[in-house]
Amino acid sequence: MQVNDNKEFQPLIVAFCCNWCSYAGADLSGTNRLNYPTNVKIIRVPCSCRVNPMFILRAFQRGADGVILCGCHPGDCHYTSGNYFTRRRMTLLFSMLDFLGIERDRTRVEWVSAAEGAKFAATMNEFTEAVRKLGPNRRLEDLRCRKQ
Amino acid sequence: MQEAMINRAKQLLADGSVDRVIGWKRGEFEYDITPAVFTSAEELDADFVYDDFTAANVSKYLVKESKKEGKILAFLKPCDTYSFNQLIKEHRIVRENIYVIGIPGGPKLDAERIKAKGITGILGAKNDNGTLIIDTVYGEEKMPYYEALSVKCRNCKSKNHVVYDELIGEDGDILDSNRFDMVEKLENITAQERYDFWREQLSKCIRCNACRNVCPACTCEKCVFDNPDSGVENKAATDSFEENMFHIIRAFHVAGRCTDCGECSRVCPQNIPLHLLNRKFIKDINSLYGDYQAGEDTTSRAPLNDYKQDDCEASIVHERGVE
Ligand code: SF4
Ligand code: SF4
Ligand code: SF4
Ligand code: FES
Repeated sequence: MQVNDNKEFQPLIVAFCCNWCSYAGADLSGTNRLNYPTNVKIIRVPCSCRVNPMFILRAFQRGADGVILCGCHPGDCHYTSGNYFTRRRMTLLFSMLDFLGIERDRTRVEWVSAAEGAKFAATMNEFTEAVRKLGPNRRLEDLRCRKQ
Repeated sequence: MQEAMINRAKQLLADGSVDRVIGWKRGEFEYDITPAVFTSAEELDADFVYDDFTAANVSKYLVKESKKEGKILAFLKPCDTYSFNQLIKEHRIVRENIYVIGIPGGPKLDAERIKAKGITGILGAKNDNGTLIIDTVYGEEKMPYYEALSVKCRNCKSKNHVVYDELIGEDGDILDSNRFDMVEKLENITAQERYDFWREQLSKCIRCNACRNVCPACTCEKCVFDNPDSGVENKAATDSFEENMFHIIRAFHVAGRCTDCGECSRVCPQNIPLHLLNRKFIKDINSLYGDYQAGEDTTSRAPLNDYKQDDCEASIVHERGVE
């Protein structure tokens, strides 16, 4: 784990990871002692297509500055086709967020297999940096949930 | 037109082909035309209205009406037939219980736009070569015809009836509607400008839910916004997050099923341009997954219930348009 420099803005990242690939990938990155920021909070879901657009919005509401959804590579979904549906849904949702003027770099979809511990860590490092550059989420936040 | 419709409805009632008729009658004001069910020739003669203010789409009422005893006659404008088809596709209405008569549509007038010119006491209106002559209790008034047209009719996508049992009047064509022009305009301003635009619009929302209630695609028995456990149940939005959330989720739920019938924008008491949200999804679907018109047929797979192995990745959103 990296030690955070408190002076810098520490974004809160929510990562939805499917149980069968990406969550195992996150596990592998841990057992391989690869570093990824503590800013990343993982929520395990049975399949990437379990993630309803409301989950993404709720994550922002509860204080996330960036939300990333990870699943099995296309073609490898444990349930055969779940991630293909996810891909269309998230594409349209992210496009709508962009249309409403919400910064597009706050959302991402990444395919991470159970064998890709290194990719998981790299993705999280990269995404956290991208969100850090954007600063705190102000356009899709719920003021009642803001931490002082 | 109104005469012909009443006469045909009376015939069908008399020979027992149908038991009820869904059409429109006048509400509190002359221009306030509201859907209504008629069961007799007398009722039709007394109340049935079809005029330039008759804009409501009756297809959603058939969800309940078609499950009742007997057969119902429905008058559908071209745009309404798309909603009707979509409802058949989603198994929401019982087709056997409905007799559809296709009727010519608009352009329809929007009383709110006339009132916005300070014209009140409207009794009726007629188009005279681009000028709308309005008959009011205070005398005659005039305004440019185009400015009085409802938003949905300005960008009419089709004068073609996609489903009917019989037609009164002529069938028309699919039109080149320019309906994505405004969406495109918004795509090409900066994210900050888009954000400001939508804040100004969405902050007007009073969460009356009229847009959901009127929508022929919003026919869920239990809507997420009615679920007290969802945390987003019906109540006035407390802050900008809830305003955004309601509109994103409402539009997302109908993505790929919205026929662009325009009812949501028409009924919004706050004049929020909801059609721009729906059209953004339609435009994206067309450009990313191939042209698709919901309600055009009853067999195609909805774009969000479908996929291709080589669909674009979500990152495409980050690569195009203006940041
Ligand atoms: S109809 Fe208009 S004001 Fe009412 S909930 Fe919908 S957007 Fe809000
Ligand atoms: S979202 Fe609006 S335009 Fe689309 S089907 Fe519903 S009422 Fe019609
Ligand atoms: S808003 Fe969503 S859940 Fe509610 S009726 Fe419409 S589609 Fe159904
Ligand atoms: S199980 Fe991993 S995406 Fe479906």
